[in-house]
Amino acid sequence: MFLQKLYTRLNNMENPSKACNSFRLLFTMSSLEEPLGFDKLPSMSTIDRIQRFSAGACRPRGDDMGLGNCWIDGRSCSTSNSCDEDYEEYTGEAFPWRRHVKDVSEGGTFNRRASSLSKNRMKFEYVCDSRYLPDHQCSCKCNDRGIHGITNKFLKGIPKFVKIVEVGPRDGLQNEKNIVPTSIKVELIRRLVSSGLPVVEATSFVSPKWVPQLADATDVMKAVCDLENARLPVLTPNIKGFEAAVAAGAKEIAVFASASECFSKSNINCSIEESLVRYHAVCHAAKELSVPIRGYVSCVVGCPVEGAIPPSKVAYVAKELYRMGCFEISLGDTIGVGTPGTVVAMLEAVMAVVPAEKLAVHFHDTYGQSLPNILVSLQMGISTVDSSVAGLGGCPYAKGASGNVATEDVVYMLNGLGVKTNVDLPKLMSAGDFISEHLGRQSGSKTAVALSRVQTQKCQSAFILSSFQYPQIKHYQEWWVWHY
Amino acid sequence: MIAARRLDKISRLMGSRATPYSLKALNKESLLWTEFWNPKVRLLCNNDGVAAFSSTSHYSSNCNHSPTNKVLRNLPGYVKIVEVGPRDGLQNEKEIVPTTIKVQLIKMLVSSGLTVVEATSFVSPKWVPQLADAKDVIDAIQNIRGARFPVLTPNLKGFEAAVEAGAKEVAIFASASESFSKSNINCSIEDSLARYKDVASAARKLSLPVRGYISCVVGCPVEGMVPPSKVAYVAKQLFDMGCSEISLGDTIGVGTPGTIIPMIENVIRVVPIDKLAVHFHDTYGQALSNILTSLQMGISTVDSSVSGLGGCPYAKGASGNVATEDVVYMLNGLGIETNVDLEKLMLAGDFICKHLGRQSSSKTAVALTSKKANSKL
Repeated sequence: MFLQKLYTRLNNMENPSKACNSFRLLFTMSSLEEPLGFDKLPSMSTIDRIQRFSAGACRPRGDDMGLGNCWIDGRSCSTSNSCDEDYEEYTGEAFPWRRHVKDVSEGGTFNRRASSLSKNRMKFEYVCDSRYLPDHQCSCKCNDRGIHGITNKFLKGIPKFVKIVEVGPRDGLQNEKNIVPTSIKVELIRRLVSSGLPVVEATSFVSPKWVPQLADATDVMKAVCDLENARLPVLTPNIKGFEAAVAAGAKEIAVFASASECFSKSNINCSIEESLVRYHAVCHAAKELSVPIRGYVSCVVGCPVEGAIPPSKVAYVAKELYRMGCFEISLGDTIGVGTPGTVVAMLEAVMAVVPAEKLAVHFHDTYGQSLPNILVSLQMGISTVDSSVAGLGGCPYAKGASGNVATEDVVYMLNGLGVKTNVDLPKLMSAGDFISEHLGRQSGSKTAVALSRVQTQKCQSAFILSSFQYPQIKHYQEWWVWHY
Repeated sequence: MIAARRLDKISRLMGSRATPYSLKALNKESLLWTEFWNPKVRLLCNNDGVAAFSSTSHYSSNCNHSPTNKVLRNLPGYVKIVEVGPRDGLQNEKEIVPTTIKVQLIKMLVSSGLTVVEATSFVSPKWVPQLADAKDVIDAIQNIRGARFPVLTPNLKGFEAAVEAGAKEVAIFASASESFSKSNINCSIEDSLARYKDVASAARKLSLPVRGYISCVVGCPVEGMVPPSKVAYVAKQLFDMGCSEISLGDTIGVGTPGTIIPMIENVIRVVPIDKLAVHFHDTYGQALSNILTSLQMGISTVDSSVSGLGGCPYAKGASGNVATEDVVYMLNGLGIETNVDLEKLMLAGDFICKHLGRQSSSKTAVALTSKKANSKL
């Protein structure tokens, strides 16, 4: 059929990004509870619909597992939001598809289901003239630019796909007092990978004297290095750690520097410059073995000793890590003091020297601010988020306070925004459940707690998962896949 | 607090951007994490870190054409926080909280700078035994100045009792979900609106302001998703009957920014945005990001509950109201005025949590308390 040909053509294009951006917003819009009537999209090109409704079009290619710039939707976008040009070539083919869809959608189960769902009326300023949604009120009323301008501004920068880097097994567990057995760690990693998480930070090759919890790094790595469908980076603070990691089978490593001099000295016993020299050596060795390196910058907003950290300092460290070969720099608000106000300023400074697609955000929820911080980061174009299942990992600087943001809460928010993550929330929750049970405490994820305690019939948890997490797009995808 | 002379110096350096309120409302803790990237701010910082300030236009100076400016450009300069802890927070507590404790809580909340504190509810004690002492609470807070104390009145009878007790502002609540309306207040949406028309009319005669609440603005535990058009309909009805403000409540906390936007978008077509407030529950941890989204859309009134009081009756053990401390922390960091003293607010939260015998649900409060404890060691 012509759609298969279209897919093939898209995938083989040199610059499929041309097909992307004008449909990006529509795709996002489609995820926001709006039932869609295919018959009411008169001038929407075929590619719009394919991008929008196909379950397959958005899966990343196997050879581009986040190391380059082809992570987003399997296309070659230099950033997740860099695709600016309309792709005109296929508009002529819209008609046959549209007619066919109209026949199927009218009066079918699809329509009945769609009509039972929320009939939000999302309109966007620059699509009102040509694309509109069923039951909408304003195809001719898009004069109200104040409202649409607000909505448009809010959604414009948010990426279609966000890569979640799961740090629970390392960053989450490293602060646990009781040693978690290797078998539990391995099982946790397996469950996380099976939930669809594309990157799971497995362990850390640091001295057991400093982090006894991760003394079994070699055993963990050997047990998980053959797991498929996910990358398993490990922390390596120096050359010795790097060599041990490689010997254990690690295929990706991570290094961490600090934007705060005091924190660098107290945490890794050396100044920022000394640590960068150390990592230079690690990066050099890693490049020789073609091992990708992820860089972390800690204390990007505040330091427990120095206080507020100037964004320029963060930018400097990020730039150094980027120059020495890190394919991704994760910006960590180590003590969780950041708010959207401080995060925006920090990101602005860093994005001036490191491309947005090479950046990730790693917020701590110590003051409850991580989700709004993640939200503004997405609005600024960041598309990689670090999080920890069940919110594992407390804050060593505020005893009893929370630490990492819970992956379940992040996935819940992204699902509600219509942002793809490829993460299966119930499976993720089961992984969180597993480790929380072992640790003997409640999950640190509010989503997980709420869904597990909804005092209704069991099916209602599933109901909430499906109803409030862009149900339309799910059903449209199912319909699409079935029909073709 | 900052000495008067230093306040003057800061004010002169920042010019018109530093308002008196922004300088007076500071305390050391909130200063420590203010945006020091502003070079003028940095110059004023001493070793204690006690010299920063928040202004009403933090991001307008050097980044007019920066793309990031768009993210925070439309935020209001001031956000009114409506504290619902004493009513919405306490009403689900199993153990009856003594009237004296409730009154003391309200006093502490007012002294932290909160200008609207929902004091109690004139509902039948049969349904909400926790608030059976509504009359006594209102009596006891009559002389408190500097704040308004709306009380919930589900019907004319409750309204009359509230007026007799001395209430000067009332609140009514409707639902955007038919099923929830029937299960929560035993009548359909239309019946409830008819009831509230009487209350609003009676309030108008006595020149009493009326605040309207809408529950289930995103989802209902029975019906599932609630259409934004339904929310807009109910909001319009409440507005037309004379409510001075409509608070949009995500009762079961399922909302995310993706669902909040269409809901607010529909409502602001029929009710002016300055008449709207948001009341998000943190059951799924989404409240702060929903609040941020609402602020970006132009909402400037936020309901919250000290220490995150008030669980979710539909998911036992799950959290409910968003904690006022967390909201204030975020707004402080955004440079948005609230006139709320975070330290005093935390004292109020501490007070009620001690009485209830449990830890605060506010992450900000827990973190700051722990930090203080560590620094004393």
